[in-house]
Amino acid sequence: MIVHPVLVCDDTPKGFVTRRTYDDSRTAELIERKHQVSENEGVRNPAATTGSDRVKRGMADMLKGGVIMDVVTAEQAKIAEDAGAVAVMALERVPADIRAQGGVSRASDPDMIDSIIASVSIPVMAKARIGHFVEAQILQSLGVDYVDESEVLSPADYEHHIDKWNFKVPFVCGATNLGEALRRINEGAAMIRSKGEAGTGDVSNATGHMRKIRSEIAKLAALPEDELYVAAKELQAPYQLVKEVASTGKLPVVLFTAGGIATPADAAMMMQLGADGVFVGSGIFKSGNPAQRAAAVVKATTFYNDPDQLAKISRGLGEAMVGINVADIPAPHRLSERGW
Amino acid sequence: MRGTYPTRALRESDWPLVLRIGVLGLQGDVREHLEALESLGVAALPVKSPDELSGLDGLVLPGGESTVIDKLSRLYGLAAVLKAKIADGFPVYGSCAGMILLADTIADPTMNLRGEPQQSFGGIDMVVKRNAFGRQVDSFEVDLEIKGLDGLAGSTPGGAQPPVRAAFIRAPWVQSVGDTVEVLASIPAENTPKGVDGTRTARIVAVRSGKLLATSFHPEVAGERRIHELFIHMIRGDA
Repeated sequence: MIVHPVLVCDDTPKGFVTRRTYDDSRTAELIERKHQVSENEGVRNPAATTGSDRVKRGMADMLKGGVIMDVVTAEQAKIAEDAGAVAVMALERVPADIRAQGGVSRASDPDMIDSIIASVSIPVMAKARIGHFVEAQILQSLGVDYVDESEVLSPADYEHHIDKWNFKVPFVCGATNLGEALRRINEGAAMIRSKGEAGTGDVSNATGHMRKIRSEIAKLAALPEDELYVAAKELQAPYQLVKEVASTGKLPVVLFTAGGIATPADAAMMMQLGADGVFVGSGIFKSGNPAQRAAAVVKATTFYNDPDQLAKISRGLGEAMVGINVADIPAPHRLSERGW
Repeated sequence: MRGTYPTRALRESDWPLVLRIGVLGLQGDVREHLEALESLGVAALPVKSPDELSGLDGLVLPGGESTVIDKLSRLYGLAAVLKAKIADGFPVYGSCAGMILLADTIADPTMNLRGEPQQSFGGIDMVVKRNAFGRQVDSFEVDLEIKGLDGLAGSTPGGAQPPVRAAFIRAPWVQSVGDTVEVLASIPAENTPKGVDGTRTARIVAVRSGKLLATSFHPEVAGERRIHELFIHMIRGDA
């Protein structure tokens, strides 16, 4: 395996990634395998392979069109499953409470995760702090199905994210723009989500991220091939991935939306903006009637393109969560600005 | 092998001439199945309502969460219509969650808060166990010999097929089958998890029963087209 530098951009304003060498052959090899398999007629290794890129990214494919709900207890997990959640996200406190109570927030207690895994048959995800690879190791050992390296928890490393290639468990990471998404994919993320301001019930940031990622992909796809090198430099992302996005016109992994989704209409809007599915955090269990609202968000995610259905689905849901406008939150307290 | 398939995009005016195959589009990897079908030269249509089931020559049940697809399909009246069609011989292929939905019996259905078990459309006389190979960290891919693929695109000149690269993602297996069910593929004992008694058993992962086809694995995420091709031949009645 050849290790070679692919991204040396010390002239960037933020000084991001200075002379760090990426083991880019690994990414290239995985991408190659994903795309060329149907042409590959040769005898492949017949032994069973776990933790491959295909089963990690494939797992996210199976979640598409679904809703992943934050839960803090086994009872909430059961309510979420019953309402039609495609997976649950186990965490200690929902983002709205983290925001209200402050302090350092960390990965959840293993006992709590065990009890949630035992209570539902759908996949269970859990959050690790940005850069905290040992929390991720623990979550993998607990049998969690997906790890969210999340800005909602307090970051453990202000420079490096987790090297996600080292894990069998797949990772989902947040991104506010295409460059950030591709940097996370380069580190091994098998799924990307937007990074709307968690715990606010204000969907405006998630909208911004979805639009930004979509339009940056469209721009790349329209560029002549010889301009992709500079595009990669500007996006602060590896050239191989930039080239792939330019030729396919989409991210190489599933793109969900997250942050501030509180109503069925919010979920449907994100789907119409090109999300493959929806994470709902505080929006469910901080509302007046969690079970009913959860079921409504599930239906709205499936029938996102049908306004008559959406009108029906949105009726009689009781109180939505009390929101906070992102604009009212002082910038240092905005979670979406964590991660780099 | 891709070169052997028609590459021109289908137009609506082509539809009377080609097969129309739906993909249940409530949740899951719907797009991958639509792409697989389109690459084989049939009209592929997402299906979300009972009305959209009419006029189809066959249906694919995608991978996804069987509990979610079960709930939504009953809620919007698709389940009843589909059950009746399956009983009438309507061709259906199910991958992963789709296999669970085609099973007459689910070994370990999840219970809702009122204590009612999850349901399936049924049609194949088999007992399926959900997430049988384990959690996501146990998900795997493997080369698999599958019966019934000879003569399809991708065959070598001798007629033999290279193995199928099969991705198993929190996959189910078939615990037992009735007399009417043909077993197309199994995972050998050394690649299956140990049972409670500490021994390993070969597990059935692909079956066919009349016009119904089911696989534990996902050909659609591996760029594999032969399973869909087999399904198209089953619809046409020449396989």
